This record gives sequence, structure tokens and C-alpha cells, in this order.
Amino acid sequence: MMHPQQEALLAVGESAATLAIASSGGKSDGPAVILRGLHKSFGSQIVLDGIALTVESGETLAVLGRSGTGKSVLLKLIIGLQKPDSGSICIHGQEITLLHLDAMNEIRKKMGFLFQQAALYDSLTVEQNVAFPLKRHTNMTEPEQGDRVKELLAGVGMEGDLKKMPSDLSGGMQKRVGLARALALEPGILLLDEPTAGLDPITSGEIDELILKLQEEHDMASIVVTHDLHSAKTIANRLALLHQGKVQIEGSFEELEKSGNAFVAEFMKRDS
Amino acid sequence: MMSPDTRIPRRWTSLDAGQAALPMPSTLVSVWSVINHFLEWFGDLGLFAWQVMRAAVRRPFEGRELIRQLDELGSKSLPLVALAGAAIGAVLSLESRSSLVRFGAKSMLPAALVYSIIHETGPIVTGLVVSGRVGAGIGAELGSMKVTEQIDAIEASGVNPYKFLAFTRIVACILMLPLLTLAADFCGVLFGWIAETLVEPVSFLRFINQGFAGASFSDFLAPTLRTAVFGLIIGMIGCFQGMRTKGGTAGVGFSATSSVVLSSLFVILADVILVKFILVFFP
Repeated sequence: MMHPQQEALLAVGESAATLAIASSGGKSDGPAVILRGLHKSFGSQIVLDGIALTVESGETLAVLGRSGTGKSVLLKLIIGLQKPDSGSICIHGQEITLLHLDAMNEIRKKMGFLFQQAALYDSLTVEQNVAFPLKRHTNMTEPEQGDRVKELLAGVGMEGDLKKMPSDLSGGMQKRVGLARALALEPGILLLDEPTAGLDPITSGEIDELILKLQEEHDMASIVVTHDLHSAKTIANRLALLHQGKVQIEGSFEELEKSGNAFVAEFMKRDS
Repeated sequence: MMSPDTRIPRRWTSLDAGQAALPMPSTLVSVWSVINHFLEWFGDLGLFAWQVMRAAVRRPFEGRELIRQLDELGSKSLPLVALAGAAIGAVLSLESRSSLVRFGAKSMLPAALVYSIIHETGPIVTGLVVSGRVGAGIGAELGSMKVTEQIDAIEASGVNPYKFLAFTRIVACILMLPLLTLAADFCGVLFGWIAETLVEPVSFLRFINQGFAGASFSDFLAPTLRTAVFGLIIGMIGCFQGMRTKGGTAGVGFSATSSVVLSSLFVILADVILVKFILVFFP
């Protein structure tokens, strides 16, 4: 149990760090994301077993691995949708595993998350989906929100579909709108869960190009979870391969290709 | 070991303590499993209610979403509730008439009808109709949002889903149930009069005067406000079942069905308990 003085210090630290991050537009000196000794189990199944990763601002890390190796769980831990069993998650220097909900929500505003199936709100139009974070977290007037939504949708090539419902969009279009929504609050960190899953090769290529373009424009730290090695090669500076809950290997695409590890070689061969 | 002829009827003895390690019979295991499940469900519901209450006292208060839910859950339930109230009023009028005529108390029909509708039939019919329509709707909507990660997306964007999704729906149910009950009461009395006047013409004003002659304001107030508790039950259980949905479409179907079944069950239980309370405080 935490001593009251520790709690008070933690609370002061939380507020100060949150304010510092907020005032710096979600960016601070040093790595954007630091994961140390991250463990997560579901019942007797160990999913993450001591993950340690660092992502610098402006860098894109692709997390690869077989299905069920905890790649999506890793992203959900970073954005606080799940709690780790043990270990540390630092976002722009702020430890988030002990944060209260309000402080965590402040951190979440500085992160964008693209879900595997885009997770657009199906009762809202495309325009309302993208405006959702703006309505709740900014003091923009309605016309300002409208302009920002148009600008974001133009950035992903969806400016002509403002009034459409998510059910009227193809998978690739939904991902584009999801990206626009994730970027609405100009996040310092972008988390992408299988951005090209279920898409044909041409649409996958378009989404990759779009992600590259957005990264150049917004200069964010990005973590991309993917099975798609072509996509990882295109958009990531660095790759990390998860196996049996651990980071099997970490490095550039070329370094992974040259690895002598049998599992890494098998993975690269199968996916290439 | 006892011989068969010396066996005594089974009862708890000190020997049972030593047999505790023996495996339980399968029926006992299944009964224990059901009890365990039930207690676990209640515990989770308590935690959910606590999360909703904590979220409720923090800004922003999601006024726009609340108004949308008032329309979605309240206004759109009005036709069904009014129809149910009308049907009950007409049936009550027709059924009661023959009995009252037999006992020479035909003139008591308006009072019996009004008393029956405002005290019990109106509130419980409204509660059950709304638990069917709204309970299923909330369970299915939130369930499908859960399995398609929309609730995670709300949380990931820094919005508290307990407030945005659950609190607004629960408050909308609490506020709308008494109003819907009044609508059901009105339609019940109106169609009770229509049914009566088709058999033996009587003016509406006279029917109303006779019906409300012995009724006081408290006769209206307590049973109508009782439905706010029904609203709390319907909203809370619908949101709880929806937001804990697991699996795909089968999970959504289960959430919708269980929301209706559980909220109807608890509405009936609450009705029994609240009637007792009302009789104590408004004798």
C-alpha cells in the first residue's frame, strides 16, 4: 500500500508532468514511449513476458509477430485500455501505469489510435466521427470544428464523404476516416493496429503512403502493429519481432533479414 | 464402517468434517456454480454502478447526449407505451364490467378502473414494455459497440464511456419512465371510457369525475415516482449487460436477451418491494 506522502508526491508529479506535456503539444525531450519489463497474462496464458522497447519522437516502430503474440495488447497497454500485470510505461517521460483516470485521459488526448477495424461510431456520420474528439476536448466554435474536420478529411482523401455513414464506406475508406479521427487532436504519438489488415494490396499501398505522408507532416512517434512485412518495410524506421511474449529481435529491416535466428528467418521468409 | 442394517438417516455429524475433502456431488457443484455466478454478477454490477456514479459527478456533463437519449429512449417509446396502456384500459373496463354488474356495483366501474390503472397496471405495464423495448435496445447497441471496439475507441479518445454511454442512458430512463407512465395512465383511462361508453354511453367528464372522486394526489404521486426506480433498473442493467459483452454477434444477442429478461425480472421484484414501502408511507 502506498504511503500518503508518496501518493501526494505522485499526484503533484502527475499534474506537473501532464501540464508540461499538454503545454508542449504532446511532445517533450527524450523518447516518446519507453516500455520496461512489461508483463501481461490472461489467466494462465502469458501474453507479454518482460517487453522492453523505446520509441523516439519522429520515429516509427513496427511491431511484428505471429497471431496471438500480444501485439494489439501491447498497444492497448500503451493507451491505458488495459493495465499491465507489472512493468513500466513512460509516455513523454510520464509513468502512466499508476495514473488516475482524469490524468490518463489528459495523456490519451496526446495519442491517436487507429483500431484494427477502424472502430468508427456507427451511429455518427463521417464528419461527426472526426469531430467527436474536437467537440469534447477543444474550445473550437462549430465553424472552426467544421473547417478542421474538412482539413483532416482532405488530408486522407475523404473530403467528399462528409455526410456518409460508416456502413456506406469500404474497409480502406473506414481506415482513412479512422486515421483522420486519430489525428484530430494533433497527437504526439500515433498507435496503429493492423492498418492494412483485410485490405487488397493496392489499397494497402495507398494506406502505407498515407501514413508516411502524415508522419512527415505531423512528425509523430508511431507504433505500428502489423503482420504485413511489406507495409512494415515501407513505413517503419525500426522493427521489433515478438515471439513467446518477448522481443525476439529489434532493428532495421535489413538487420532482421540478415539475422541468423531460425524463428526470425522463418518469419521473414514466410511473410516475404 | 457401519453395516447396512445399522444405517441411520443422513444428517450432519462430526464425520462430515473429515469428509470435506471428498468431491462434491455433481448437483451440488452445479448449484454452487450457479450461486457463485449470481454473486459474481452482483459484485460486477455493484462495481459498474460505482464507476457510473463516480463518472457522473465529473465534468463535462454530456447534456447534448442526454437530450438525444431522452428522445431515443423516451419519446420513441411513447407510441408503444400508449398502445399498451390503451389496451389494458379497454380490457380492464370490459372484464370488470360484468363482475361489477353481477354484484350490483356497476357505478363503481370508473373508480375501480382509475384506481387499478394509476396504482398498479399503468406503472407495471410501462415498466415491462420499456424494459422490453429499451432494455433490448441498450443491450444490443452497447453490445455491438463493445465487440466492434467502439467503446474502446471512445475511451482511447479520452472520453469516459461510463459517463458518455451509461450515465446518459440511465438518467434518460429514470426521467422518462414516470412521464411514460402518465401517458399510459391517460390512455388506459381514455380507452376504458371508450370501451364503457360503447356498451353504455356515458360522458367523459362524468366518467372522470366518478373515477377520480375518491383519489388523492398521493394516489398518483407514489406509484408514478415508483417507475423512476424501474427506469434506474432498466438503464443500469441494459448498460451493464451491453458493456460487458464478449464474443461476436452471439454475444450481442445474449446481451440483448439477458438485458430484457433481467430488467423485467428486477422490475417485477422492485414492484413488489416498492408496493410494500408505498403502503407504509402512503397508507
